[in-house]
Amino acid sequence: MTAPRWLAGLVQSRRIPLAWLLLTRQPVRLAVALAGISFAGILMFMQLGFRDGLFDASVTIHRLFDADLVLISPRSTSSVSMAGFPRRRLVQAMADPAVEGITPVHWNLLLWRNPQTRGTRSILALGFEPSDPLFTDPSLAPKARLLTQKGRVLFDQQSRPEFGPVAQWFKAGRTVESEIAGKRVRVAELVGLGTSFGADGNLLTSSETFLELLPNTPPGSIEVGLIRLHPGSDLAEVQQRLQALLPDDVRVLTKQGFIAFEQDYWRTSTSIGFIFSLGAAMGFVVGCVIVYQVLYSDVSDHLPEYATLMAMGYRLPSLLGVVAREGLLLAVFGYLPAYAAGQGLYALVRSATQLPVAMDTTRATTVFTMILVMCMASAALAMRKLADADPAEIF
Amino acid sequence: MVASAPIQLRSGSEPLAIAIEGLSHWYGSGSTRRQVLQQVELRVAPGEVVLLTGPSGCGKTTLLTLVGALRQVQEGSVAVLGQELQAASRASRQRLRRSIGMIFQGHNLLRCLTAEQNVQMGSDLLPGLSYRARRDQAREWLRAVGLGDELHKLPHDLSGGQKQRVAIARALAAHPRLLLADEPTAALDSQTGREVVELLRRLARDQRCAVLMVTHDPRILDIADRLLRMEDGRLQEDPAISQPVGLHSVR
Repeated sequence: MTAPRWLAGLVQSRRIPLAWLLLTRQPVRLAVALAGISFAGILMFMQLGFRDGLFDASVTIHRLFDADLVLISPRSTSSVSMAGFPRRRLVQAMADPAVEGITPVHWNLLLWRNPQTRGTRSILALGFEPSDPLFTDPSLAPKARLLTQKGRVLFDQQSRPEFGPVAQWFKAGRTVESEIAGKRVRVAELVGLGTSFGADGNLLTSSETFLELLPNTPPGSIEVGLIRLHPGSDLAEVQQRLQALLPDDVRVLTKQGFIAFEQDYWRTSTSIGFIFSLGAAMGFVVGCVIVYQVLYSDVSDHLPEYATLMAMGYRLPSLLGVVAREGLLLAVFGYLPAYAAGQGLYALVRSATQLPVAMDTTRATTVFTMILVMCMASAALAMRKLADADPAEIF
Repeated sequence: MVASAPIQLRSGSEPLAIAIEGLSHWYGSGSTRRQVLQQVELRVAPGEVVLLTGPSGCGKTTLLTLVGALRQVQEGSVAVLGQELQAASRASRQRLRRSIGMIFQGHNLLRCLTAEQNVQMGSDLLPGLSYRARRDQAREWLRAVGLGDELHKLPHDLSGGQKQRVAIARALAAHPRLLLADEPTAALDSQTGREVVELLRRLARDQRCAVLMVTHDPRILDIADRLLRMEDGRLQEDPAISQPVGLHSVR
């Protein structure tokens, strides 16, 4: 039985795993290197996780809407500063044959009084017609019917505890009442939405109640218009058609565009993205320094041995390969603990802050790529030291 | 003899292990330029054991590095195993080094490898052998140098003599046809040193491998087929012991 040629080649090309032995026979140095790489990896995981989590959290509500297209005012810059536009525009959009339905939405931040401590705190309030669809989640519709009664609100039980023990009280069967802008409101039911960047808590109410709580709202003005299209409509085409049809006092966005609009604000108009990216970059640099230090001193310490191998007839590229494999091994074995620790820390962050931070493939790949680049770049720098190995000097 | 006579690179079908003619070498440049080798002539036949002595700084090690294809030849002709090294490229010198075994004063074993793995770094240079075959060869060589029981020890755990024997096994494992040794007994006591060089000579003989050894150790001079002395960069035959087996060195 003859083995295939490639297998024979493989058997012949097997060598002493020099890179592995160089690393593992110096456990202290290896531990330092792995600790450094893991630390850098964890730092990158945390910084990028926070960044993505915060951007993600900024659109918690945006994702929930039952809409294909969204109208907003061009003066709106983000969820915390939504400007009004004439409700007529939304009705005008109905003229397009592709439009199936619309929902006008009032959107503003209101001051909610904590029923326990009496302190006030800003909460995001959405006002809509209880009979109109608002969210894709079907469990909202029966609860929305409770809003037909004036002065009733649906309270987000995932709101931060600073708004008071509303959910506990409500679940315990108590009637929970509070005050917004001097008007009394009663919690009719709880909903689960989630906090976001701009809002620590959310409540839903009817347009009627909303206008009562905010009497200065100009009549016929809304902040968000939801448009649902007939199934099979071309989203981009209808968006263009509506934008052409409607005057310049509204912007037509797809739902995805509405989400991107909000994320863009936090990404570009605040330092958040920069700060966290800088944090990740610092992790990268720290990792580079550590790996370079380790590999450089490793090469320096073994310089006579490398020179000996060259004297024996080993080619310089094959010795460079040893250093490169050391870098590769460090990257892989430094990444694994960083990944595990990242998972754990994400769980911790989720439970402590309710930020939607989770390990996703993109970030896992990004961090691994960065660690790989870090290790290979350091290896490449350390290789320059290998050029000092002069086999003529070892006699 | 006549310096202008054409150099015979082969004796019969086999090339000379070493054929040097008119070799001169300098270190430094400009006013600090210093000549270390002057018109060296040397021929070593296959299987011949040649010892080279001389005061330190006389150019012995330089000669060894030039023959070992570790340094670029400046002036003169150096042919090793039939290959001319004058103006040879770095790559061709590196290829030639695979046929030259080297044993160093400080053994230069890889600290992170066991005795067996160190020797296998030598046999790994042999083409066309499986990993297992190369490992078995490494073991074979360690047994030949009397270290069959120390296969898996790290250099750290071996005595000086044992380390030097591992170094010999490593040098021979690549099946060299020329062995260069630089004071292989310097770090050893006299009895161990004696044992090591005798082993070296016996194994080299079995392989028909020529040996050029630099030494200061007067107790081992008698193992040589021929004894050379170097002084101020010039090579001369030491007539006291010289018993040429192959070709004479030419002065």
